[in-house]
Amino acid sequence: AGDGSGPVPGDGTDPPAPERVLFPPTFSVSEIKNKQRRHFMFLRWKQQQRKEKLALKKKRRKEREALGDKAPPKAIPKTIENQRVYDETTVDPNDEEVAFDEATDEFAPYFNRQTVPKILITTSDRPRGRTVRFCEQLATVLPNSHVYYRRGLALKRIIPQCIARDFTDLIVINEDRKIPNGLVLSHLPDGPTAHFRMSSVRLRKEIKRKGKEPTEHVPEVILNNFTTRLGHSIGRMFAALFPHDPQFIGRQVATFHNQRDYIFFRFHRYIFKSEKKVGIQELGPRFTLKLRSLQKGTFDSKFGEYEWIHKRREMDTSRRKFHL
Amino acid sequence: TKTQNFCRNEYNLTGLCNRSSCPLANSQYATVREEKGRCYLYMKTIERAAFPRRLWERVLLSKNYEKALEEIDENLIYWPRFIRHKCKQRFTKITQYLIRIRKLTLKRQRKLVPLRRKIERRENRREEKALIAAQLDNAIEKELLERLKQDTYGDIYNFPIHAFDKALQQQDAESESESDAEREEEDDDDEDVDKREFVEAEDSELSDFEDMDKLETSSEEEQEEEEEAEKKASHSKSKGKTPLKGPARRKRPYIEIEYEEETEPSTKTKAA
Repeated sequence: AGDGSGPVPGDGTDPPAPERVLFPPTFSVSEIKNKQRRHFMFLRWKQQQRKEKLALKKKRRKEREALGDKAPPKAIPKTIENQRVYDETTVDPNDEEVAFDEATDEFAPYFNRQTVPKILITTSDRPRGRTVRFCEQLATVLPNSHVYYRRGLALKRIIPQCIARDFTDLIVINEDRKIPNGLVLSHLPDGPTAHFRMSSVRLRKEIKRKGKEPTEHVPEVILNNFTTRLGHSIGRMFAALFPHDPQFIGRQVATFHNQRDYIFFRFHRYIFKSEKKVGIQELGPRFTLKLRSLQKGTFDSKFGEYEWIHKRREMDTSRRKFHL
Repeated sequence: TKTQNFCRNEYNLTGLCNRSSCPLANSQYATVREEKGRCYLYMKTIERAAFPRRLWERVLLSKNYEKALEEIDENLIYWPRFIRHKCKQRFTKITQYLIRIRKLTLKRQRKLVPLRRKIERRENRREEKALIAAQLDNAIEKELLERLKQDTYGDIYNFPIHAFDKALQQQDAESESESDAEREEEDDDDEDVDKREFVEAEDSELSDFEDMDKLETSSEEEQEEEEEAEKKASHSKSKGKTPLKGPARRKRPYIEIEYEEETEPSTKTKAA
């Protein structure tokens, strides 16, 4: 035997005597066969570790205060967002090429205020209760939207009809085992189609809030964190769902927040309590989306040209690499 | 009811394991089976029992349902009733399910994609962590305040304090360079600035001040500012913080802002 873990016996601040008995013999806590005793010893050891850690922190803080101005600046903790692998397609706000692309892509007529969005919401076959209710709530959130049930109609045949009736967007909510789990968003006059995986859907009654339903006012739109080219195009798709002129009287805001490739959708009502404080109250459904694929034309599973597909083997290798 | 076993032999007629429907137990046996959408009648007789390769004789049945039934009857003439009857039943069932297959392939098929448990769990966990990292409420609040600052809401909300401060400071800088009593101005400005922040929820004072700014020249500004300072001092003492707290307490104050505008002028006229 000898010094199993050296520095600790010098810690004279521990009154209970067994503390000092623990460490000089070289058995580790895991060698005790009796479970109760082993557990007890382990807790003791943990307390010891915590004390040491606290002492270290205090010492460091004192050093820092003693140095005063000469102290080195506090280290910034590393987060996944800090360590994110730099994506070469990140959009620079002053990039001309991007600006030119955006002026000439399929959303240009919308952003030039030539078209007003008109949205058709539908589901897969035989939607169950939850999906139906979700569709209704979504229809109240998106202004100028209509819900139609699909009774076995093929999408390929719906699309020409929609175009004929002047719809600008088509949303299909896919359902599995009575809960909605997928969303296909298609911009109609020959626009891109995005296929998302939808998760954690909360209907209005499940959200803890005390507000009323969303009114008919056109909400504002917040798009957060869409940095890359791909993210930019998806962001424009979402923006194209809402009419261009938000009615500030309604004080409603729809938020699409992208974080680590998950897009969180929330719908709030805000009130400015003072100049620097705003209160928000959540109403409306909430859900999260994860992009699975982006197709160039309208929805076509066989012959479509895919602009981006999520390939699990290649794209999920690094924890710090995100595409949106 | 008595439970029955299934027979595993592929030439079985009924599918159940009985003495009467076992192809191995009976030396004279017949079945109907289908291959690639066509039905065949298979027959086994005693004479070929020694030749396993030629044991089962196969006859193609016509596609027409009635004709096929007649063909079965023709081929199994003089055979026991049981086998004939069961063959025809089996043939009927087979044709029915073939029809159904053909109908279904014309409709859209539901493609089942298997979920991978590990991936599902990983994605859910990442989603939770992303949600925590996102701090949505803070982000939304920040964005809304940004928009307020950048004046996207126009004149609806009447506390654009920072814009006023900037404008005032600019004008103060101008008047400082021109006039002599710099310190008084600065004091007044400081007081004004402080008091304005204090009673920020009040609109008309700010709007009045704005108008006065536009109309007056620099020298008169000083006097105006002093007067304003006194007025505001009296105002602030009388009102204190109550106007701020009133609206801030209620959570759903739709009509609130208009309410303030109505009360403000009346109180101001009293003090003046």
